[in-house]
Amino acid sequence: MSKIGVFVCHCGENIGGTVDCEKVAQEAAKIPGVEVSTDYKYMCSDPGQTIIKNAIKEKGLDGVVVAACSPRMHESTFRAACSEACLNPYMCEIANIREHCSWVHEKGEATTQKALDLVRMQVEKVKKDLPLSTIKVPVTKKALVIGGGIAGIQAALDIANAGHKVILVEKEPSIGGHMAQLSETFPTLDCSQCILTPRMVEVAQHPNITLYTYAEVEGLEGFIGNFKARIRLKARSVDLEKCTGCGMCTTKCPTKKVPSEFNALMGLRTAIYVPSPQSVPNKPTIDKEHCVYYKTGKCKLCEKVCPTGAITFDAPDEIITEEVGAVVVCTGFDVAPTSEFSEYGYGRYKDVITGLQFERLASASGPTMGEIRRPSDGTVPKKIVFVACAGSRDAAKGRPYCSKICCMYTAKHAMLYQHKVHDGESYVFYMDIRAGGKNYDEFVRRAIEDDGVNYIRGRVARVYERDGKLIVKGVDTLLGGEQVEIEADMVVLATAGVANKGAEDLAQKLHISYDKYNFFAEAHPKLKPVETNTAGIFLAGACQSPKDIPDTVAAASGAAVKVAALFSKDQLLREPVVAVVNRMAPPVFSTCVGCSLCVDICPYSAITMENIKDRGGNVIKTVASINPGLCQGCGTCVAFCRSKSIDLQGFSNEEMYSSVMAALHE
Amino acid sequence: MSEKKSISTHVKSTSGVDVSHCYQCGKCTAGCVQAERMDYPPQYIMRLLQTGSEENYEKVLRSRSIWVCLNCENCYERCPQSIDIPHVMDMLREESLKRGIAHKDASKIIAFHRSFLSQIKNTGRLWEVGMEAEYKLRTMDLMQDVKLVPSMLSKGKLSILPEVIVDKAAVKKIFDRTVGVEKEK
Amino acid sequence: MEKVGLYPGCSLKGSSREYGESVVALARVLGLPLEEIKDWNCCGASSAHAVSKELSLALPARVLSLAAAQGYKELLVPCAACFSRLKTTQHTLMGDDERRKKIEDIIGAEVGGVKILSVMEWLEKYAIDAIKEKMNHPIKARVACYYGCLLVRPSGVIKGDRVEDPQSLDNLVKLAGATPIDWAFKTECCGGGMSIAATETVGKLSAAVMEDATHRGAKAIVVACPMCHSNLDMRRPYINKNMEKATDVPVLYITQLLGMACGLTAEEVSVGRHFVNYKEEEICQK
Repeated sequence: MSKIGVFVCHCGENIGGTVDCEKVAQEAAKIPGVEVSTDYKYMCSDPGQTIIKNAIKEKGLDGVVVAACSPRMHESTFRAACSEACLNPYMCEIANIREHCSWVHEKGEATTQKALDLVRMQVEKVKKDLPLSTIKVPVTKKALVIGGGIAGIQAALDIANAGHKVILVEKEPSIGGHMAQLSETFPTLDCSQCILTPRMVEVAQHPNITLYTYAEVEGLEGFIGNFKARIRLKARSVDLEKCTGCGMCTTKCPTKKVPSEFNALMGLRTAIYVPSPQSVPNKPTIDKEHCVYYKTGKCKLCEKVCPTGAITFDAPDEIITEEVGAVVVCTGFDVAPTSEFSEYGYGRYKDVITGLQFERLASASGPTMGEIRRPSDGTVPKKIVFVACAGSRDAAKGRPYCSKICCMYTAKHAMLYQHKVHDGESYVFYMDIRAGGKNYDEFVRRAIEDDGVNYIRGRVARVYERDGKLIVKGVDTLLGGEQVEIEADMVVLATAGVANKGAEDLAQKLHISYDKYNFFAEAHPKLKPVETNTAGIFLAGACQSPKDIPDTVAAASGAAVKVAALFSKDQLLREPVVAVVNRMAPPVFSTCVGCSLCVDICPYSAITMENIKDRGGNVIKTVASINPGLCQGCGTCVAFCRSKSIDLQGFSNEEMYSSVMAALHE
Repeated sequence: MSEKKSISTHVKSTSGVDVSHCYQCGKCTAGCVQAERMDYPPQYIMRLLQTGSEENYEKVLRSRSIWVCLNCENCYERCPQSIDIPHVMDMLREESLKRGIAHKDASKIIAFHRSFLSQIKNTGRLWEVGMEAEYKLRTMDLMQDVKLVPSMLSKGKLSILPEVIVDKAAVKKIFDRTVGVEKEK
Repeated sequence: MEKVGLYPGCSLKGSSREYGESVVALARVLGLPLEEIKDWNCCGASSAHAVSKELSLALPARVLSLAAAQGYKELLVPCAACFSRLKTTQHTLMGDDERRKKIEDIIGAEVGGVKILSVMEWLEKYAIDAIKEKMNHPIKARVACYYGCLLVRPSGVIKGDRVEDPQSLDNLVKLAGATPIDWAFKTECCGGGMSIAATETVGKLSAAVMEDATHRGAKAIVVACPMCHSNLDMRRPYINKNMEKATDVPVLYITQLLGMACGLTAEEVSVGRHFVNYKEEEICQK
């Protein structure tokens, strides 16, 4: 016979004001198996917990029901109290008579009756409860950082500096990301590369960081603390060990007219190339799509001139597997292309460019060595128009969101233009100026007040070309809607920040959620901004939503701290609420018939088939086996199992039946 | 219901357009070929409607803008919020006529529409000669396009007699059941 | 080939009869079966929608219902204004059952689901091979294809060509040997139906269109809309008042241009009905 204690909490007036707690306690005392039943003003307080602990010790209780608030609130409190009194914590159940009763009903007899019913259900459940122990999972103290832009660089360095190993995977031939492409950065106008390149070098040299460039994550299996990542090292056709980075190959390569991705397609590069002089690693890669040898089978000029024999035409892609305990996703963003803008010429006008392209024009390492020149004819534009919100806040183009960074970079662009072209005129068409941030608004005012940038509030309806000029049809809404026509030499669209092309695919490989614009979703918009819904996988930077550099770096450091906290323990403790396949003595072994239906329906891929073998190694029976590390306790397999061989610990069929029967009992 | 709500609800129920979607970017005005001939450019009309005041609503109904709008659809096509401004303009013209407060500069345009529709009502099709004659009577601008007439006739562009459809009654019925018996002004 | 119904609309029977005549002539020379639907009424463009929404839906609805009842699966609507009204009506009624029932009650018939074709859609679907085959008088000139408003906008209803820089007419004139110019006023409004009530405005707006086309060297303007045509052609004196230099560049319907390229005479496609003279030697290789 059970010895169960019932402890009814008033929660001040929260429960006591509506439910007759004293009566609930008195009535509960009459339930068979209840040894002690009492009520108290605040059961979660120290004296309240002492009542429970003392009762367990004095009466030798083997089960406890606390009738109080939601288990999300204090289940752990009361279970800890039981544990202290030497009662298995999983023999403590909570009857939620606050959220499920007193808060949602009027005061009255029926409400008190319902509270009692809830108590009765938990009493019957606790009778069937079995003692459980927490599951211990080992932690692999090595992190995988996906993406080598500023977010990935920061996260990798922070984790590595905390003393943990890091694998950094970058899909391009060099790390650096978009920040390496930028000219100067707002609101201080310090040179982007000057502040970034030391960190890129630090990554390459850090003893705790293994860098894989020109590599992509192919798949991820496992669970928090115990992931297995498959990484494809794309064949770059250059042996990085042998290559000295002398540059002979790139000077001799006959294919010289490939649009340079690093220069946002404005400059040209060779087929064997290093993206930029600051690249890390500063060693070339062969672009197979454009290389003459890969296209025609002839050439191999680079191989002939390479003094160290580093060219490896026939090397295949390599797939490696890395075991890691945590993942930080830092895959960044992209900008919408000008071809998306029908009203601005469908990308047909060479002098209508994106903000990223302007960055390359303004950058000392860019195709014009930092001089602002028109892509069409190389002349310096004397009149330039910047169009903010190009594709952002534009529901018709499928992007109602604000890209956040454009107001600031547009102010910077106009400012840089005025600094470089003293007799030039610049115009910014904007809807709102969103300059929330330290020294941000001051920066925009500086562009307007000190550098004479003409800000016009209104959107541009269309841009067309006539006699080498770009006619910009805009409006000044602050003048009540006066039309403005500007004959510009160049138009810069502050095109929207969008998710990377491969974002959706990667999210599916990693089993993390993403929004309808393919930005990765955080676990909670306020309180868990760098976590995903998948434990052990974190986010940082613009892969989550458009972010500027300070926000990106802050998020990256935040994610790194989460990883470091995870790695601070040798083992992870998990609640034992997981599904188990029953096992019994031979010759039955289990009622599981090995149909394997559960394997396919498990949303967490936690179930595999296991062979039970005799001493001779012969398979006697094949049964399902559930990995407690992966199982999230959803119960889908329990419902699906035809032979009723699976049960959810803490919520077994027997426990739930007893509870339901108690509710139905008059 | 507040005044603001009732006017935006009225606009929405008659045109299906929710003016609260407008965030005043001005792209409609920027690309409008008629903006310079309007007393209120399109984005301003949207703003007046957004305020929801009866006074501003009447301003809109009395405006010249709603009559010079050509329904070229550029504003709607380019609107980042996909607001069907031409459709709102249709609704505003209908309402302005109903209240009898159309702008004086609109008289020619209204006369044109009335002459046009009365031709259709009577014959089922547009008879341009008849319409032109009725339009001249309505506007008393008897000389307009007179010089064109001989060359139009010689080029066979004018029919002396109207084409009348067989089922005239069907078209008459459509008019009766939609605009009712037209009020003369 | 199944017969396609033809809804000419009032303009093609009156002031723009050369468009109607050239559509029929082109269909004949290309061997495309086309038949005018019976007892059609005016669609209400461009007045009904300015006065009554109900009326603007009911008039085109009767036309659609006639076409369906007379057994046509497809209906060619060469006039851009009629095309726009019919498409808008179909689009509105398809998405609004309540309204459709009301309109069907007013016209006393079911609207039906005839497929509406613009002249470009009709030609693209049925005439490409025939034009290639019959073409014997290639057009040599640089021409400006002018689409105006109603053949492309609103794109959500028309669902046709790309909206800011459409190509369908350009591709058709290329078939006839002409060189379409790349210009910026392809879809800017000429003043539409305001020809009579606001002639001065039409002069200004159409001048902007002509200015850009002639500036870029167009020897002819090619249109598929009677309103665009009459504004650019008949209102030329008003246009020239607003031009830096008066222009005598002619305006041709796409059907006239293709017809002549396929061997029809200028008379057969009625270019003589235009106000601005068409100079054959400048356009055609004869």
